[in-house]
Amino acid sequence: MTETAAPPAKPAPHPTPISAHYWESLNDGKLTIQKCTACGSLQHYPRPFCVNCLSSDLEWERVSGRATLFSFTIVRRAASPAFAPDLPYVLAIIELEEGPHMTGNVIGIPVDEVVVGMPLELTIVPAGDGHSLPQWKARR
Amino acid sequence: MITGTLRGKAAIAGIGELRPAKFMEGATVPSLMLEVARQAMLDAEMEPGDVDGLLLAPPLGGAPLIFPAMMTEYLGLTPNYLDVVDTGGASGASQVWRAAAAIASGMCESVLCLTADLQSPKAFYTRGAPMYGLPASEFDRPYGPMGANSGYALLAQRHMYEYGTTSEQLAKIAVDQRTNACANPMAMFYGKPITLEDVLNSPLIVDPLHLLEIVMPCSGAAAVLVTSAERARRGPRPVVDILGAGEKCSHSGITYSKNLVESPVKYSAARAFEMAGLSPADMDLVSAYDCYTITVLVTLEDAGFCKKGQGGPFVAEHDLTFAGDLPVNTHGGQLSFGQPGLAGGMSHVTEAVRQVRGEANGRQVKDCEFAFVNGNGGILSEQASLIFGRAS
Repeated sequence: MTETAAPPAKPAPHPTPISAHYWESLNDGKLTIQKCTACGSLQHYPRPFCVNCLSSDLEWERVSGRATLFSFTIVRRAASPAFAPDLPYVLAIIELEEGPHMTGNVIGIPVDEVVVGMPLELTIVPAGDGHSLPQWKARR
Repeated sequence: MITGTLRGKAAIAGIGELRPAKFMEGATVPSLMLEVARQAMLDAEMEPGDVDGLLLAPPLGGAPLIFPAMMTEYLGLTPNYLDVVDTGGASGASQVWRAAAAIASGMCESVLCLTADLQSPKAFYTRGAPMYGLPASEFDRPYGPMGANSGYALLAQRHMYEYGTTSEQLAKIAVDQRTNACANPMAMFYGKPITLEDVLNSPLIVDPLHLLEIVMPCSGAAAVLVTSAERARRGPRPVVDILGAGEKCSHSGITYSKNLVESPVKYSAARAFEMAGLSPADMDLVSAYDCYTITVLVTLEDAGFCKKGQGGPFVAEHDLTFAGDLPVNTHGGQLSFGQPGLAGGMSHVTEAVRQVRGEANGRQVKDCEFAFVNGNGGILSEQASLIFGRAS
């Protein structure tokens, strides 16, 4: 008798002291980005200080959740067995309305309808180990 | 202000390279490095006692601790200068200018630069950075990136969006390079010509990149022996001078590139050309890192061979074969030669040396006096550019 093994778990976020607030905020339904109070720069991913001006006076700014699809690819071969059930899926560079870029998936739309430049909106979905992941769907 | 120059300080005295193979059973990375180091020393008519510098590129699985001393002992060397150079795929080109800089500084005279890697069927899908402690990892890996494949696909897609580049234009690069490989018995895909249709009909792996636009990892090794310009002139080989060099890194993961479609080649190549006192129009050969077709296209643009955004029409209009009007990657490029880890990047250096020496046999570029070599690491992240010239 053969059994089909369940796919292994996807890589889950593994917060460091620097990133912990980012992941905690997502569990509260908020996407937050570091903002430097000295020079005003927004930076993603988080660092212990501003890499523009070296100030350590950073605050977390909740962003609008509006974004544009900067670029994408349709992954048709799984990089790891954990993602095999999702094939084909959209891996993307998301440009937040506020400026910073982040990695994400575009979900809830057939892959052949995805185009560069399309407007996106945030949706926060459960991920492994009790974390939540910012994801993106078409903004109508 | 950066004003230093390496022009004419050092030259390539010897090269060594193995024919890549998918697997090399029984071989080890140190044993492969030893073999190509021997080839390079024999090529230069030098002995271990003549070599006083050693630079190693790490295998993709990571270098062992204190790797240079280990290889020093294994090779019977006593170097004054030893190090590991890790700029990803650019490591080979990076090693060459670091060797030249060390020689120009007077710290050593002859530096062996070694690259080697092995594939294992078991290791192939397990490679990948650990999650914890790497700055960007937890913000990328939960989304299922496919390593370099998806990174370059994101670049290609954006290039198509901004400039109208087409899959046909990208495929042309793979086809011309395969024509070159069919004149190079060392290439893995020797004797296997392909057409545009073959490329476009090969499976999409990560849109818009097809299977035949993606490099094949394999096993192999390459070595370059850099020496002072003066010493090279006392050697047995035609002298290949290092006339210019430049290096730049702007990011690691493609998401965090400030300008996705413009690479740090813009700086590294400009610096190399300025140092050499030459321009792209002077080049007889382009030997540019090609993990994917899009890599070549963006490199040609950012190095100044054509205007930004015009890479698509440019590659369509020019014959990139060894007999063409702009020879590119005459060994087949890694797409058709094979990518033995970081030795893949070094293959662009060794091929340029053969061409400038006039030793490329059935694929010799006519009167090849100057060559542009480019190493590329990560996702268009680290760039190392070199200009080689035939000594008069």
